[in-house]
Amino acid sequence: MQTVKRKAIEVIMIILFFLLETTVFQYLEIASIKPNLLVILTASFGFMRGKNEGMFVGFLSGFLLDLCFSRYIGFYTLLYSVIGYVNGFFKRLYYSDDMKLPLLLISGSELIYGLWVYVFQFMLQSDFHFLYYLGHIIMPELVYTILVTLILYQIILRINRRLEDEEKRSASKFV
Amino acid sequence: MKTNKPNKQKKFESKYWLLAIAVICVVCMGASFFADIKSGPLRVIADYTVIPMQKGINMIGTWIGDVGENFATLKEVQKENEKLKEQNETLKMENSQLQQKSVELDRFYELYKMDQNTSDYPKVGARVIANNGSNWFTSFIIDKGSEDGIREDMNVLSGSGLVGIVTEVRKHSSTVRSIIDEVNVSAMVMTTFDQCIVSGDLKLINDGVIKFEQLPNNDNEVAVGEQIVTSNISSKYLQGLLIGYVSDVKVDSNNLTRSGYIIPAVDFKKLQEVMVITTTKQDLIDNGNQQ
Repeated sequence: MQTVKRKAIEVIMIILFFLLETTVFQYLEIASIKPNLLVILTASFGFMRGKNEGMFVGFLSGFLLDLCFSRYIGFYTLLYSVIGYVNGFFKRLYYSDDMKLPLLLISGSELIYGLWVYVFQFMLQSDFHFLYYLGHIIMPELVYTILVTLILYQIILRINRRLEDEEKRSASKFV
Repeated sequence: MKTNKPNKQKKFESKYWLLAIAVICVVCMGASFFADIKSGPLRVIADYTVIPMQKGINMIGTWIGDVGENFATLKEVQKENEKLKEQNETLKMENSQLQQKSVELDRFYELYKMDQNTSDYPKVGARVIANNGSNWFTSFIIDKGSEDGIREDMNVLSGSGLVGIVTEVRKHSSTVRSIIDEVNVSAMVMTTFDQCIVSGDLKLINDGVIKFEQLPNNDNEVAVGEQIVTSNISSKYLQGLLIGYVSDVKVDSNNLTRSGYIIPAVDFKKLQEVMVITTTKQDLIDNGNQQ
């Protein structure tokens, strides 16, 4: 029961973040750069809950992006699944009070995202202006995403804490 | 030891999950290179899940925008109204003159059996309901789909300029790829009919331009501000759609061709309503063949 509830809430969050990213945030662009909300969500669930849930959230986020925007189905799905999986490795180091590790990991995930898109969609089409893209898209997006993380991460953290509390309570009931 | 065992199992499990996802994704990517796997059930998923919500959010957004506009002072509107009335009168005059001329022109067209003009293509209006979440691509979703007569490869305009092309059609929505993401659009200079190739570029669009290449270096002079339109030999774009205005042109080092930059006629950052031309180039070609 609890896992169903958790999954349902995760799905709702993914859809909500996806909608925010594609509609509202086009009006909040700074220097024509938008933050990447789905990376925040995927990475957060990765290091908060482990590889499996990171992969679950990443898979769905990527799949939504693929359905709506990608030319090749599977491109974003794989990318976000990998991001969720890799962040799962850091579950052991993670304490919910510490803000440094989440920021670091989300920056890292953003970097993976940027490099992935550049390598597979631009470099393979013989577009080698890597430094330009690094300076004008990857790094600004990273900075903006980090700024948004400062707010959004608190919300994700609170939702996760509440879910974990409920799970513990229902588990102790059975015992 | 006992506590360790299930832990280890879990680790293996997630590893295999990732492997499975990776294999599926790679297969899907490979498949979508060769075939259109997005048709069928996959298309329906998006159409019935996120797209209605995007439409809703967009409606709320425009409503808020309208409310905000209502606060604009009445005086301003009145002043504008007066100005517009004046303008209206002069335009009416011009219009009647032009109508006379257009009748003449139609006769000439018939005489020369010339192709239709841009304004004669049948069009459908559509609203942009969501744009690509990433900073790398400029594609967006419009709220019209196959039910409204939209088909793949239809050209999309905004105002007078070319925006892009429909790449994917669902029942009630479709995805449009803008010409910024498009490479090698066949185009021509409006006045001289010299062919060139227009390519969008993520790097250049930040400076507000796209580039054109391989314009023959002949005696026809290309001035700054000259209109570049889609060419008659393009396989996907209808002839004569305005892409933009030449902002810079220079002779290539081979002395045979010229290249330069175009300022697009459309502001891609502020797209809200677009027009979809409901004839595709393929239709025109097929019609031509039948005749």
